[in-house]
Formats: sequence, C-alpha cells, structure tokens
Amino acid sequence: MKAYWYCLSGIFFREWLRFWQQRTRLLSALVRPLLWLIVFAAGFRAALGIAIIAPYDTYITYETYIVPGLACMILLFNGMQSSLSMVYDREMGSMRILLTSPQPRSFLLICKLLASACISIVQVYIFLAITWFYGVQPPLLGLLVALPALLMVALMLGAIGLLLSNGIRQLENFAGVMNFVIFPLFFLSSALYPLWKMQEASLWLYWICVLNPFSHGVELVRYALYLQFNPVALMVCAATTAICLCAAVLTFSPKRTSLRTAPSK
Amino acid sequence: MNALQVSDVSFSYGARAVLHGLNFTCPRGRVTALLGPNAAGKTTLISLLTCLYPLQQGQIKVSGHDLTRAPRSALRELGVVFQQSTLDLDLTVEQNLRYHAALHGFSPADAKQRINAELERQQLSERRHDKVRLLNGGHRRRVEIARALLHNPRLLLLDEASVGLDPASRKALQTHLRSLCKERDIAVLSTTHILDEIGPEDHVLILNKGLLVANGSIAAIQDQYQQQSLPQIFEQLTQKAPL
Repeated sequence: MKAYWYCLSGIFFREWLRFWQQRTRLLSALVRPLLWLIVFAAGFRAALGIAIIAPYDTYITYETYIVPGLACMILLFNGMQSSLSMVYDREMGSMRILLTSPQPRSFLLICKLLASACISIVQVYIFLAITWFYGVQPPLLGLLVALPALLMVALMLGAIGLLLSNGIRQLENFAGVMNFVIFPLFFLSSALYPLWKMQEASLWLYWICVLNPFSHGVELVRYALYLQFNPVALMVCAATTAICLCAAVLTFSPKRTSLRTAPSK
Repeated sequence: MNALQVSDVSFSYGARAVLHGLNFTCPRGRVTALLGPNAAGKTTLISLLTCLYPLQQGQIKVSGHDLTRAPRSALRELGVVFQQSTLDLDLTVEQNLRYHAALHGFSPADAKQRINAELERQQLSERRHDKVRLLNGGHRRRVEIARALLHNPRLLLLDEASVGLDPASRKALQTHLRSLCKERDIAVLSTTHILDEIGPEDHVLILNKGLLVANGSIAAIQDQYQQQSLPQIFEQLTQKAPL
C-alpha cells in the first residue's frame, strides 16, 4: 500500500511543480471568471431578474447567482486543460515514463486525475477569496462544505476530459474539440441563468440544460456553498464520473503513447 | 541467466506484419546491440518490451517474469531510455529523478539515497538542482540513464540513445554502458544503426524488415559470413549501406 501512496504523492508533486512553474496559467484561469463576474454580470444584472430560488432564501444579486457557475467554469477549463496536457505528454513522450511504471495503469490515470482536480480546487478557492472581497459572501462554513462538492465536479470534468483525450490522436485536433465541448457544456447549463428562465425561452433548450451533467455540477456546488444538499445533482455527477472514468480507463491505449512514427516501422 | 528472453514474437499493424517470429536472448553482463535500418521494426520491438504495445503473439520474459502474465514484475526489472527525450525540461534533474522514484513506489528517504548514489555514479551531483533545459544533450542522456537505473533493473533498454549526441559524447556513452554491464551485472539492449558503436565483445542482433537475420557474437557472425567486416555483413543482409 505504501508504494501506491508514494506513487500518488509523486504524481501530485509533479503536477504541482508544473502548475507552479506555469503561474500565467493561474492568472488566465482567474481572469476568465473574474471578467464574467465584473463585466458580464454588471451588464446583465438589470436584464435578468432573479426570483427567490433554492438554495437561496432571499433575493440575490446576479453576481451572487453566477459565482458557483464561474467556480465550476474554472474546473471545466482546468479539466479540459489537464486532458490537453495528457495529449501533450503523449506527444512529447513523458507519458511513456508514467506507463513504464510498475503500478497498474488504471491507478496511474486516477492519480493524474486526482492531482489535476486538486490543483483546480486551489484555483477555485483563490477565485472565491477574490469574490468574497468583491462582495459575494456565502456562509464561511459553506466554503468548507463546498470542498467535497468541488472535488466531485472536478473529478467528473477531468474524467470527461480524460475520455475525450483518448479519442484525440494529435494535439492539433484538440482545439476544435474544446470548442465543441467547453462552450456547449457551459452555456447549456445553469451556470449563468436559472433554468426556469431557459424554460421560458425554449423548452427543448431547457431539457438539454437539464440533461447536461455540468448543470448538476454547478447546482451541487451552489447548494453546498449555501449549506444545502442536492442529492440528485450528486447522483448525476457521481454516475457521470464513474461512467466516463471507466470508459476512459478501458479505452486508454498506450499504443498512442509510442512514437508518432511507430506505425511506419 | 538471461535478462531478456524473446520467443516467437510477431507483431502486425492491421494486415501489415512488422515483426516475424523473433527469437533471441540478452545475457547479463553484456551489451546486446540491435542493429537494423529504418523501418526494420526496432521501435516496435521496444514498444512491445516496454508494454506500450500489447503482445499479439509469442512470449517475452524479463528476468524470468512473463511480460503478459506479470507485467508489473517485469517492468520492475526494466530500465528504459527512449530515443526521444522523456525528461521534463522545466523540472530540475533531482525533481525528474524523484518523480521516477515515486512512480516505482520508493519512499522519499529511499529515493534520496538512490538519487544521490546514481548522480554520483553519473558524475552529475553538481547539476542536481539545474533545470534539465539547461543541460546539454550528453548530460540529458546521462540523466535519463541515471533515471533508468534508479530502481536497479536487470535489463537496460536504450532506443537509439546516442542520436543527437556529438562523437565524444557518443563514445563516452558507449564506454559508460560497458562499464555498467560489468559493474552491475546487468544486460543492456541497445538499438542503433551506427555500427561504430558496437564493441568487440558485444552480442549482435540484426533486424531487417521484421526478421532477425543475424544473432550472435561478432566473431560468430563473421565466421558465418567468411570473415567479412560487420559493415559488409550488414549491407549484405539488409541491402542498405551502414552508417
């Protein structure tokens, strides 16, 4: 068991070092949601009236509404970015070192997923600290209670990213997939607008939003931040994580990790 | 005892067969040079030996461990230096080695001891805190060898490890590999297409279009081919001029 622990901590350490050395990544991860919060929310505050909806027990500002969605936006971009780094590692060869480790491959992939999830969560808490000073102040205990919810959502998005990266042969193909995954997941969710608003606008769009696992991730975090539990959201997130993770592990092919030129040899 | 035993190994990419019934062994304490022109199947063989490709036919044993039945035990006995550098350029030498030690499940204290010993042996102790990006090609290769030896493998695989090195670094690498074989009683399987890198005591395998066309000591191969030189034999067997 100790060998597994040392392996896990080694992968965590490497991911952390890489994150620390790419501090601009942290900056860009924060700038994106902060722009939404400060600029977008200011513009849309008046346009979008917010009714009293669960888990809030009073009228809230639009900024308060979108903060959980923006926190999940960080997890979404990071989840996809970590799968991008899997493709990059595969192309650059460093994935081969991981895969020649004697530890089981499924364990190694889960370690990578966990490490990326934890780094994403650090970024989310930095974002929540900034929004606290901006005036969006969920209960302090809610920040703690949200931790397992954030972990769950980060794992779900990382597992989706991992599954996607298995289907991508080259780094160049990834950008297109990002546009077809990130934007639909984010905009067709409850991150920026409550779903009853969407229902008023279009019923079929509403149903897509309801079926979108990212909506459930956002709601799981939103409820946890306000000290409430959303069992449906938890079940959807857990099931999506389990399905995507199993599919990612089963479809992971070390073949693609070999040299690009291998098939011609 | 043989560190590597390859028995009846074949491999194909779909309908295109690239390895045909390979049989050979790598004895401990010696360098085995795997020669072959481009597209001979060397990289495919390395991918099979490192479990990056699944074995389709035949059997591979590393230090007696079957690669298909006991891949984890086999990988424990295997150190690899790939043709393309697999070091993390933005991490230091020590951080790269620590990562590898962790992947093999060594405790931080054990890892530190092994890293110290290996860096000392490779004369890289003073560069331990340097980022890999700052090292020249020869030093990077030595770091990769140090990393490959960190877990005391019985078999060291090198896939065209001297590519990109200047002649002096290449010679130093070859000398180093031979001393490693003797000092640590390990087997080295080194793929190359540069015949100058082969020493007189090496075991030689020549692979051409997926077939093993020569297998033995240089003297034995020369006996078989009427005392021709190795470059001439290589050219005769592969229809390609040696480098």
